[in-house]
Amino acid sequence: MSKDVIIRFEHVTKQYDGLVVLDDVSFEIERGKFYTLLGPSGCGKTTILRLIAGFIEPTKGTIYFNGKNINHVPANKRQVNTVFQDYALFPHLNVFENVAFGLRVKKMKYADIQEKVAEALRFVNLEGYEHREIREMSGGQRQRVAIARAIVNEPEVLLLDEPLSALDLKLRTEMQYELRELQRRLGITFIFVTHDQEEALAMSDQIFVLHKGKIQQSGTPKDIYDEPVNRFVADFIGESNILPGTMIADFLVEFAGKRFECVDQGFYPNEPVEVVIRPEDLEITTRDQGKLQVRVDSQLFRGVHYELCCYDQHGNEWLVHSTKKAEVGEEIGLYFEPEAIHVMRVSEAQEVSDGEGSDET
Amino acid sequence: MKHNTRNVYLIPYVLWIVLFVVAPILLILYYSFFDIEGQWTIANYKKFFTPIYLKMTFSSFWYAFLITVFSLLIAYPTAYLLTKTKHKQLWLLLIILPTWVNLLLKVYAFLGIFGTYGLANAVLEALGVGTKQILFTDFSFVFVSVYIFIPFMVLPIFNALEELNPSLVDAARDLGASAWTTFRRVVFPLTIDGVKAGCQAVFIPALSLFMITRLIAGNRVITLGTAIEEHFLVTQDWGMGATIAVFLIIAMAIVVIITGNRK
Repeated sequence: MSKDVIIRFEHVTKQYDGLVVLDDVSFEIERGKFYTLLGPSGCGKTTILRLIAGFIEPTKGTIYFNGKNINHVPANKRQVNTVFQDYALFPHLNVFENVAFGLRVKKMKYADIQEKVAEALRFVNLEGYEHREIREMSGGQRQRVAIARAIVNEPEVLLLDEPLSALDLKLRTEMQYELRELQRRLGITFIFVTHDQEEALAMSDQIFVLHKGKIQQSGTPKDIYDEPVNRFVADFIGESNILPGTMIADFLVEFAGKRFECVDQGFYPNEPVEVVIRPEDLEITTRDQGKLQVRVDSQLFRGVHYELCCYDQHGNEWLVHSTKKAEVGEEIGLYFEPEAIHVMRVSEAQEVSDGEGSDET
Repeated sequence: MKHNTRNVYLIPYVLWIVLFVVAPILLILYYSFFDIEGQWTIANYKKFFTPIYLKMTFSSFWYAFLITVFSLLIAYPTAYLLTKTKHKQLWLLLIILPTWVNLLLKVYAFLGIFGTYGLANAVLEALGVGTKQILFTDFSFVFVSVYIFIPFMVLPIFNALEELNPSLVDAARDLGASAWTTFRRVVFPLTIDGVKAGCQAVFIPALSLFMITRLIAGNRVITLGTAIEEHFLVTQDWGMGATIAVFLIIAMAIVVIITGNRK
């Protein structure tokens, strides 16, 4: 399948008063997929969104939309619409007029506007709310109005700037399903910005992990979770045990004073590496059956699993998620498959991502 | 008990309002029913509806309207630019600063600037236009009034613009609105309360201007304000002066009601 690229960033840099917020970023966005820009606050994810929306222009580099340079195209001439973090609904207009805003600007006929607004509101399950004032709507409803107001314009790309962050947990989970479902039904590209890694993993086709104005890694949620390219990604996405180690040879890595079989290759002999093992990939067994021997330091009941904090004899901390219970102070064994070991290069932590981002999938 | 304590606290305010607001208005109303001889009459009201006073009323409204419109046209962009500048509080202070100078002093300054040998005419001379009569014209009256009132228009509009959520402007642009449409359909409607407050603060005082009228416009412009002054201080016809004041108060009340329905 050939790629159907809709947005392309080429070496885009954005500075504010000399402060670099986005540092020479290049990537491609394909049509009809759900993308997530994930990272801590200040990582540049919202800047990317504002660049695509056209609220700001890049300091350096070029942004292409359907193959055309759109660096200087103003926001109102772009085929993208945004759902804002604070929804940015017009408080002096009712629900109907809010949704109709873009259509009225285009001078569409009133009958067509009515039909389109009704359809958009049906899409977000807000039929019959046309004449409500914005202040009468709850947070979740406002969210839906904001989405309806954006999709009624039939954009090619919908930008969502942390739209769920103001909602409570239950509503947020519900909206995650709805957004994903909405994207499938509309078939347009969604670019979703969030700092919530669970949200990103649950909803996206592709995730870009950002940190300090650079894309650290891009890939499917599974790629990113299973094969983090560096310490930042491993740490940011889910919980992980990160240990220093040495790559003895292909498929053989040494850490915590022992050698283990693994599935990674292509490193220099005896190259220093970092090893990642997810807490849920560790299984509790008896001392003798375990590949590693640790002492349980503390234990928390988390509902779906127990969270154990253990130490091995070298003083390395091991976080374990297990449905089995252990006793605090007990010596236990930890078992894991070779696939559970993820080996990362230490030195080329950041540069790896750029190359990989474009030739994956 | 609680009810009584609250009433006790109310006393100073009620006293103030009664002595300095209600009583003067009632006095004005009372005086308006006496002629110059001290006889009870309603002739003053009849006289008010003669062409000479109606024309005066009309011109008062007309000048107040002009002053308000020009103040608004200058103040809105000024307030808008102020919200975009870096040191907005400093700029705002500079705009408010002239209001601390006594009104009379400012008016005298304009007498100097607009006079036959003043700065304005010196500039016109240098440009080859030649000396013009600037003082005692409609133009100079409106110009100086607008200058005096601009800070009162800028301040409420500036506050309204400051309260405006900037992402609403982004949203309008995002939905395809041009800069002008964004202003017309989002920014202006959402700052209309500031505009109304500014118009009140300018229109109502402008209705009863008399000092600027006297000094800058001379006898060219006769408004209700100058008429009241004339009746009280020159012709000593307090009854007629009070009658005009009654109509002025009614006019102000109407303006407040029209512009006052804020949410």
